[in-house]
Amino acid sequence: MLGWLDTILQGLMLGGLYALFATGLSLTFGVMRLVNIAHGDFSILAAYIALVVVQWLGWSPFLALLLVVPLMAVVGYVVQTTLLNQTLGPDILPPLLVTFGLSIVLQNGLMEGFSADSRGLSIGALQTASIPLGGGVAVGVFPIITFATAVIVLGAMSWLFHSTTLGRALRATSDDQTTAQLMGIDNRHLYGIAMAISMAVVAIAGVFLAIRTTFDPSVGPARLLYAFEAVIIGGLGSLWGTLAGGMVLGVAQTVGFSLSPAWGIAAGHLAFLLVLILRPNGLFPKTRDA
Amino acid sequence: MIQYVVHRTTRLSRYAVVLWALAIAGLCTMPWWASRAQIGTTTTFLGILALAQMWNLLAGFGGLVSIGQQAFVGLGAYVAVIVALQGGLNVYAAVPLAGIASAVAAWGIAFLVFRLRGAYFGIGTWVVAELLRIVFANTSSLGGGSGVSITSAFAGIGRWQRDAFSLWIAATLGLGAVALVFALLRSPRGLAFGAVRDSEPAAESLGVSARRVKLTLYLISSAGCGMVGALLAISNLRVSPDSAFSVDWTAIMFFSVVIGGIGTIEGPLLGSIIYLTLRQSLAQFGGWYLIILGVCAVLVMRTAPRGLWGVLADRWDIRLFPYDRRVSAEETK
Repeated sequence: MLGWLDTILQGLMLGGLYALFATGLSLTFGVMRLVNIAHGDFSILAAYIALVVVQWLGWSPFLALLLVVPLMAVVGYVVQTTLLNQTLGPDILPPLLVTFGLSIVLQNGLMEGFSADSRGLSIGALQTASIPLGGGVAVGVFPIITFATAVIVLGAMSWLFHSTTLGRALRATSDDQTTAQLMGIDNRHLYGIAMAISMAVVAIAGVFLAIRTTFDPSVGPARLLYAFEAVIIGGLGSLWGTLAGGMVLGVAQTVGFSLSPAWGIAAGHLAFLLVLILRPNGLFPKTRDA
Repeated sequence: MIQYVVHRTTRLSRYAVVLWALAIAGLCTMPWWASRAQIGTTTTFLGILALAQMWNLLAGFGGLVSIGQQAFVGLGAYVAVIVALQGGLNVYAAVPLAGIASAVAAWGIAFLVFRLRGAYFGIGTWVVAELLRIVFANTSSLGGGSGVSITSAFAGIGRWQRDAFSLWIAATLGLGAVALVFALLRSPRGLAFGAVRDSEPAAESLGVSARRVKLTLYLISSAGCGMVGALLAISNLRVSPDSAFSVDWTAIMFFSVVIGGIGTIEGPLLGSIIYLTLRQSLAQFGGWYLIILGVCAVLVMRTAPRGLWGVLADRWDIRLFPYDRRVSAEETK
C-alpha cells in the first residue's frame, strides 16, 4: 500500500517536469496557433548548452540556467521573427512543416556536434537526497525542486497574463488577432515574445530533464509527445490544467513502470488516449487564453 | 456562336501516356537487363514514391497533416512477419493483407485521432505510432525489441526471383499509387476532395461531408502505407520495431512531398527522385544529409510553398496528370 503511495507521489512530482515541457507548447498554440514540432528538440538543445557551460565554466547546472534561459529566449525570438512568422496563416501546413524540418536539423546537428552518446548533468549529493515522510515513503529533494519550479513558473505566467500589459496584449491577440492589430499591437514582435517565453520555459525543462536522467540528441520528440499529452489531458488553453495534465501523465507512467518497466511509457500514452475518448476537451477545458 | 468546351487533358498529358508505357515496360523488364544494385535502388525509389503519394493524398488533398503514417508502415511490415512466420500462406500474400489490416486499424485509430484538430491531429497520430512501436517491441513472439528475420520464409525462392518479385510489387505500389491518386481526383468524388481542400465550409454547404472525405482519404493512405511496409519487410528480410515505426518514414514523405510540391501528383514524383538522389550522393556525410534535406525543406516552404513542381507548373503551365477541368470558349460556324 505504501509502495503505491510512493509510486504515485513520484508520478505527481514528475508531472511538474511535464508541465514545464507543456507550458511553452500551450502558450505558442494559444497566442498564434503555432504548434512547434521542434519544441522537444529545443529543450535538448538547451540541455547541451547547459552541458557546455557546466564543463567549461565549472558551474552548477542551476547556475547555468542563468545563462541558458536568456540565451534560449533570444533563440526563440530570433527563430520566430526571422523564420516562423512568415509561415503563419490560415494554412496549418507551413508552420508544421518548417518546425518539423527544424526538429530534424536540430537532432542531426546535435548528433554531429555531440555524438549519440548519453550525457547527464550532475548536481552532486542533491541528486539522490530525499526527505523521509515516514512509513518508508520518501520524496526526493530534486523532484520537489522540479515541482516547485513548475508551480512558480506557472504562477509567474498566470501573473503575466492577467496582471501585465504584455499579458493583456497576448490574450487580446489570442482572442482576435485582427482586432488586436487594429488596437496598435505589433503582432510579429508579440509572437517573438511568446516564442521567447516558450523557449525560456522549455530550457528550464530541458536542464531539469538532463539532471533527472541521461539524454542524447534523439530524445527530443518523446518530450514533445509528453508535452502535447499533458496539454490535451489538462484541456487546451488552461494554464493550471497543464500541471494537472502533467501529473496525470506522470502518475500513469510511474504506475505503469512499477507494474512492468517496458510498459511505463505505453501506460502514459494509454492514459492520454483514454482521456481523448472520455473527455475529448481535456479535464479542465478553457480554450480562451493561453 | 460560342461553344464552351471542357478540357480534361493537355497535349503534353496525351504524349506523356506513351512515356509512361515505356517507363512501365522498362521497369518491369529490369530483372533481365539491370544490375542487382540498380534493381534494389529502383525498388526503394518506388516504395518511397508510393509513400509520398499516400502522404500527399492525406496532407495535400485531405488537409490531414499526419506525423504518424509510420504506424501503418510498421503495421504492414509486421503483417508480413506474421504471414512469414505462420507459414501456410504465400509470403507475397502479405502485401494485400497488410493493406486490409492497415485500413481496418486506421478505422479504429481515426475514432481517436479525428477528435484532434490541425497540428494536434498530427501529434496525436504520432502518439499512436509510438504506442504501436512499444507494443510490437514487447511482443517476444515477433522478435521483441531487437526485431526478427524472415529469411526462412523465402527458403525455396532464388535470389533473382526475390529481387524481381520485390521490384514488381514496388512497381505496382509506386505506379499504382500515382494511378490511384490520378483516378481518384478525376472521378466525381475527386471534385469533393478538391472542394474540401479548398474550403471546408463551402464544400459542406454543397452537401459534401468533410468528415467522410477525410476518413476515406485516411483509410486509403493508411492502406497504401501498410502495403509499402509489407514490401519493405519482404525486400529487407528483416523487421525491427524501431526502424519500422520510425518517424523517419514520415520525414521521408514530408521531404519528398514538400520539396516536390504538395497538392500535385507530379510533385511527390519529382520530390522522391530528388530525395533519393540527395540521399545517395550525400550518404558518406552521415547525418549531414538529413540536415541538408531539412534546410532544403524549410527553404522551399519559405520561398516556394508549392514546391519545385509548383514553380515549374506556374512558369510553363505544364501538367502531366491533369485532374482539373478547364473551360475554353470556341467559335463555332
